[in-house]
Amino acid sequence: MYRIAEADSIAPDVRRIVVEAPKIARKHRAGQFVIVRVTPNGERIPLTIAAADANAGLITLFVQAIGRTTTLMSELEAGDHLVDVAGPLGRASEIKDYGTAVVVGGGLGTAIAYPIACALADAGNRVIAIIGGRSREYVLLEDQLAAHGIEVIPCTDDGSYGRAGFVTAALADVIASEDVGVVFATGPVPMMGAVAEVTRPSGIETVASLNPIMVDGTGMCGGCRVEVGGETKFACVDGPEFDAHQVDFELLARRNTSYRAFESGRMDDLESLDGAHHEQLLADVRGACAAEPTR
Amino acid sequence: MIKVPRRALNKLERAKMPEQDPLVRASNFVEVNEGLTPEQATVEAMRCLQCKTPTCIDGCPVNIQIDQFIDRVAHGDIRGAADVIRMDSLLPAICGRVCPQEAQCEGTCVLDKKNKPIAIGHLERYVADTVRRYGLEPPVEPIEPTGKSVAVVGSGPAGLACAADLAKSGHTVRIFEALHQPGGVLVYGIPEFRLPKDIVKSEINGLRALGVEVETNAIIGRTTTVEELLGEEGYDAVFVGVGAGLPRFLRVEGENFIGVYSANEFLTRVNLMGAYRDDAETPVLDLTGKRVVVFGGGNTAMDSARTPLRLGAAEVRVAYRRTESEMPARVEEIHHAMEEGVVFDFLVSPVELLGDEDGWLKGVRLQRMELGEPDDSGRRRPVPIEGDIYDLPADVAIVAIGNAPNPLLPATEPHLEQTRWGTLAVDEATGRTTMPGVFAGGDIVTGGATVILAMGAGRIAAASIERYLDAGIWDEQPATTSK
Repeated sequence: MYRIAEADSIAPDVRRIVVEAPKIARKHRAGQFVIVRVTPNGERIPLTIAAADANAGLITLFVQAIGRTTTLMSELEAGDHLVDVAGPLGRASEIKDYGTAVVVGGGLGTAIAYPIACALADAGNRVIAIIGGRSREYVLLEDQLAAHGIEVIPCTDDGSYGRAGFVTAALADVIASEDVGVVFATGPVPMMGAVAEVTRPSGIETVASLNPIMVDGTGMCGGCRVEVGGETKFACVDGPEFDAHQVDFELLARRNTSYRAFESGRMDDLESLDGAHHEQLLADVRGACAAEPTR
Repeated sequence: MIKVPRRALNKLERAKMPEQDPLVRASNFVEVNEGLTPEQATVEAMRCLQCKTPTCIDGCPVNIQIDQFIDRVAHGDIRGAADVIRMDSLLPAICGRVCPQEAQCEGTCVLDKKNKPIAIGHLERYVADTVRRYGLEPPVEPIEPTGKSVAVVGSGPAGLACAADLAKSGHTVRIFEALHQPGGVLVYGIPEFRLPKDIVKSEINGLRALGVEVETNAIIGRTTTVEELLGEEGYDAVFVGVGAGLPRFLRVEGENFIGVYSANEFLTRVNLMGAYRDDAETPVLDLTGKRVVVFGGGNTAMDSARTPLRLGAAEVRVAYRRTESEMPARVEEIHHAMEEGVVFDFLVSPVELLGDEDGWLKGVRLQRMELGEPDDSGRRRPVPIEGDIYDLPADVAIVAIGNAPNPLLPATEPHLEQTRWGTLAVDEATGRTTMPGVFAGGDIVTGGATVILAMGAGRIAAASIERYLDAGIWDEQPATTSK
């Protein structure tokens, strides 16, 4: 059982959840993730560790309410508990001095980009963060990135804020005018694929943080298979970061739809509950967490 | 005990395990085997010849005093039988169900020559279930603490067996489990209908009663390293029993189509995550009316074939590259699978998996094989029959061809030497690794094997951990012989 120390909304349907997990906080390095379970009967979902405070024993997770588990998780408040948090998992990002590093984050992907951008800046890189969202309220963490001395280029699809258009257009401009040593892409699969195409002609080292479906997160199940350079890799133990120019993004996008029918059914169940039943479900989640014998 | 003439006993057939009707059980997750009745158990025990030199014991990896426990059963002393078993085996309810008895104790029973070996596995299970059902386990005696502590990494059969022995000797034991629930392969791999999870739970609760602590979500190598366990965490020794959890795939075109599962993923979704229940939060592909092909011939392949039937699959075929007699699965599992309607395609090997334009599996392309010369394992090697290739329609394929050692822990511990197969290098007789204070056993050492062998390795390591803790010196620890 892992107590939630802080929880707040940072965008529509996006919550910042700070969890007490001292051992994980101590070990975390940028690029790694945890596996979380929200209910005693719940599924295991991977979430990137956006920040860690080793002294306070806290890790920060960002969660977007898109499925049943993430929706339930989004409704939790400070003082509530997560049933399970396991990690840190995955290989850490390769952080070194690349000269100028560009970090491209789309939507919630900015939360994945955030710790990488900070680590790159700490390693002496000049870091440019190109962060995109559908509209203004979906551009995440701009202030936090800027506070870390990172140059931020916000983009919105609808032009309601920052630069109008996709992050890839902004990226093309940056690499045309700058000597860029590395590009990290984190976000929706089509965006990462598009970033890879932007940098492919110039051959700039480009890293994508992949987000396949996972179960255990420790290499045991192989559900998170991705193809990189024609070879099958497990994102959980071989990744989650891979050479974006070698990744089969189409395959990743397809495999991520495996359980779409199931997920939408479960969301319908959740949405069909009236207010009182929804409250009851949430109370059950909280109550069960409190009753569950701790570890 | 009633006196029955030996001649009459010799005429009796081997006890037949009562089981759910195949047609009924193929659509539920309730345990297939229902357990011997007391009458059956008594008669079966009386059938035992009580050999002067019981060869069955040699066939048992942990050398249970089989003749003695069976003698107790014959006399109706079930508690006494349990005491005999408990001297050598700590998880009889599990081993009675999942051991390959025909290759072990029953295979070395003298009555095996007459094709009716004593049903030792069934009797072991009967004893374990009976004492559990009626609460006949001896009370936990207070143990004098030794002041030493051991970290056990992994809560599968190796870790549980190791922890139990150490705790009984008064050492403080804490088990570290990476998943959210302890039991390892016993909970994520072996299905409910073969090994009810309540049995695993009660075995683990038995360990807790001995004072063993279990910490879940603890990924050793990541959350905490082995070095830290021995250093700042203050453990005097570490046992590594993390299993062989890295599934092998076919290495053919199309293995990443949607609908292609490793057995580990499929079984984990269904068993550990409960995807067969209506209220499950974890999905598994809807198998209602679907065609499933399973690759492999071991127990995991049988589990992977029988589970889809229970999830409503219209047809399940096992594609195995050798013949039935080379299959490594327990004979009982193969028979059960056949009775339930699993179809076996022998002497075929996948050359390609076929999919549609949306990336979903739609079939498998199989190469017919024939048996050639024996290979290293002594089994005849399957050789392709040139040009004999055919397609089989399939909606889901489950790959159950084994596991490589999981690299997560070894990769983060440079002091732990690995073999060229990625398993941990250990001294077989003692379970000692190349890192002082660290012992290992089970599938992480042997590669994918059986529950009982892992248990045996856990116990060998526990014994040498005790000698190490007594002596306190790594280098001078006396070597022992492996059982």
